[in-house]
Amino acid sequence: MVKQSILKIEGVSKSFSGVKVLDQVCLDVKEGTVHSLMGENGAGKSTLMKCLFGIYKQDEGTFHLKGENVNFTDPKHALEHGVSMVHQELNQVTKRTVSENIWLGRYPTKRGFVDENKMYQDTKSLFTKIKIDDIDPNTRLSELSVSKRQMVEIVKAVSYEAKVIILDEPTSSLTEQEVDKLFEIIETLKKQGCGIVYISHKMDEIFAISDEVTVLRDGEYIGTNPIEELDMDKVINMMVGRDLSHRFPPVTNVPGDVKMVVKNLKTRYEPMVNDVSFELKKGEILGIYGLVGARRTELVEAIFGMRTIESGEIFIDGKKLNNSSPHKTIENKLALVTEERRSTGIFEVANIRFNTCSANIKKYVNNFGLLSEKEMFSDTEKQIASMRIKTFSQESLIRELSGGNQQKVIIGRWLATDPDILLLDEPTRGIDVGAKYDIYNLMIELANNGKSIIMVSSEMPEILGVTNRIMVMSKGYVADILDTKNANQNDLLKLSAKYL
Amino acid sequence: MNFTRNFSARINRFKKMNRTDWLNFLVNNAIYIVMALLIGIVILREPTFLSVRTLINVLSQSSVKLILAFGVGGIIILQGTDLSLGRSVGFAMVISASLSQADTYASRFYPELWLTGMPTFIKLLIPLLIAMAVCAIFSMINGYIVAIFKVHPFIVTLGMSVLLYGVLTLYYNSPEQGGQPIGGLSTEYSNFILGRIDSIGPLKFTGGFYIPYLVVYAAIVSIIVWVLWNKTVFGKNMFAVGGNPEAAAVSGVNVVGTFVLVYMMAGILYGLGGFLEAGRIGSANNSSGFNYELDAIAACVVGGISFSGGVGKVSGALAGVLLFTVMSYGMIFANISFEYQNIIKGFIIVFAVALDTRKYLKKT
Repeated sequence: MVKQSILKIEGVSKSFSGVKVLDQVCLDVKEGTVHSLMGENGAGKSTLMKCLFGIYKQDEGTFHLKGENVNFTDPKHALEHGVSMVHQELNQVTKRTVSENIWLGRYPTKRGFVDENKMYQDTKSLFTKIKIDDIDPNTRLSELSVSKRQMVEIVKAVSYEAKVIILDEPTSSLTEQEVDKLFEIIETLKKQGCGIVYISHKMDEIFAISDEVTVLRDGEYIGTNPIEELDMDKVINMMVGRDLSHRFPPVTNVPGDVKMVVKNLKTRYEPMVNDVSFELKKGEILGIYGLVGARRTELVEAIFGMRTIESGEIFIDGKKLNNSSPHKTIENKLALVTEERRSTGIFEVANIRFNTCSANIKKYVNNFGLLSEKEMFSDTEKQIASMRIKTFSQESLIRELSGGNQQKVIIGRWLATDPDILLLDEPTRGIDVGAKYDIYNLMIELANNGKSIIMVSSEMPEILGVTNRIMVMSKGYVADILDTKNANQNDLLKLSAKYL
Repeated sequence: MNFTRNFSARINRFKKMNRTDWLNFLVNNAIYIVMALLIGIVILREPTFLSVRTLINVLSQSSVKLILAFGVGGIIILQGTDLSLGRSVGFAMVISASLSQADTYASRFYPELWLTGMPTFIKLLIPLLIAMAVCAIFSMINGYIVAIFKVHPFIVTLGMSVLLYGVLTLYYNSPEQGGQPIGGLSTEYSNFILGRIDSIGPLKFTGGFYIPYLVVYAAIVSIIVWVLWNKTVFGKNMFAVGGNPEAAAVSGVNVVGTFVLVYMMAGILYGLGGFLEAGRIGSANNSSGFNYELDAIAACVVGGISFSGGVGKVSGALAGVLLFTVMSYGMIFANISFEYQNIIKGFIIVFAVALDTRKYLKKT
């Protein structure tokens, strides 16, 4: 039986200031099926979805819902037509109850008052419809786990009688049992004729749940295949489309003596880091790999003095590290490039000079106790040149730069403090291929100059491509530490699930 | 039956608490513990504090403050604040007083007021409605500007309070003889506000007990506000918009409309509060109401209506207002000097909010 097409995206293109981010992309979702949309970061998946939901306007191409041409103006408009998206970051009113969130904006009323009873019953019956039995509609959302909150979001989509539900990385913070539960719900939705668009990086999930797979790469449509015709290698080939070996510069650094020792580190508050021990050598690049929720960020934050440490010790050159607060840690020649560039990295409304000098500002205090603009200017000029930062001038606001150039400014800021140990948390997230290569090169050069680097990353090729050793974390514990030469993707995946 | 079961369950929960639980319990209820301590100290110094008289005085002194706290409380739930409350209430007081003077009083604001000779009901209702309407309009302007131009409510209402003072003084100075305190309020008006209930049907209160009208009005307003906040679409939207404006907008809630309605409701309550306050004090002038917002906002935040938005309860506002009234009344009773009263009051505000915020703090 040939299934009816429910959502058809044809020839959609989109450019931002002359750069094509979507080029003639197609997607055909059939009712009662799960259609996976795959592609690396920056392949154009989220841009495509934003075009569908009217957040961006596509330059060309059309969207058809059940054969009818649609052009949604905003997510609400799409929702009313039965197209719903469950985002990675849930947009909910967490201080209110489950049922209030589901019926938000259309509360049932009786004689002018909100009909709490009907709201409760309707929520209950929705839950029954998709076989969820362990959520009380009157619970406050903030008391629920992320997975349950996500289910509430799916139920909300169902309550709008959604025909198309888009799940964006839905399993990124779920445990295995929770994933199974989600898959059950997806199966139920399939049987009820919904078309599901499933966006995920996780291969095993894609193969477990999809009927069809569409792959995008660098904004281009690569192809659509039924799942039976695919295997993991084929998908990877479609996604990557180029030889991995050319994406990374040769790793030429040679690790020396032990620089830092972390012994049985444990943090006090959730999400906790537990019993973490490892060594970092001089001139070494140590990768930390793990799934979302592996608490890698929490580990580097704990080392840097941003989290309360319950027990354990850190030694640098045999001396106990005082990391009671970040500025103490900085005095000990550590630096941290944070994961969330926008919220904890850049000073958005300040210029590049300020962003470059901010971690090292004491250096520029002159004899009068004032800051020397001249020195700051010349240091920033040097930094711009040596990091190859593309900017009109150092007076430009940092938010006007591309992600890659912003990241270079921040790395430059920390290099200016002349650190011995660099903690880089997802240093290449959301930046383009060229800038990534520059950053890899820089890391290797720094390691060659005797700096020790810890790189947290979720991208497996990158972690295999530019490190000397890899520490795999799983739910706050160290799963294992591998020599990069002997490591492969399979091992990393298995280890990262060790304590789930 | 049900009650007993609940009660024993609670007792059991207390029995099971360990040290950290107790600590948490103490911290979470610290404000009530502090309140109990304060009352305890006052009683130790002045045992006569425990009396029917105190109860009645505390309740009637809380009444207007409570009404005002409900007004600004809604705005705080929308992650806002209202610095124009005081001037707004002052305007309402001046309007109400100017329209409610006894026709025997010599220097009247309106020597020839058309309300003279009307039935009592009209003579009371018209000033109240005008006061409410004026406050509602100015407050709605605040709401519009906050919602549409996304100016921080602190700024908008700061500006509005300055502007209101200007408009209010213009009105106050408008009589031929110039601005002078508006007194000599009519007996109908004073009785309506300062009157009391001595008996319900055949039941006569004894032991010096009576119910001031003001307390009755505050109780009625509390019930209405409770229903509005908890049982209507308006109330639910208010909490949703305050908790997460984007989520509310994506779900089709009219965010701007909600803002305007909440601010309008605040204005209506200020109007009512001002109408009652003028009668309670017995006169009004252009500096009436000054700084009233500070007490109202303090009561809200102490009562758990958080500045982060989206949370708050009618009972919380009530607790906050009562706390402050009991405190001031008790301290006056115990002859604690005005200076120390302020020091203690200021401390309580910061202490209470710090504890409250602690509940939402993410520990790292």
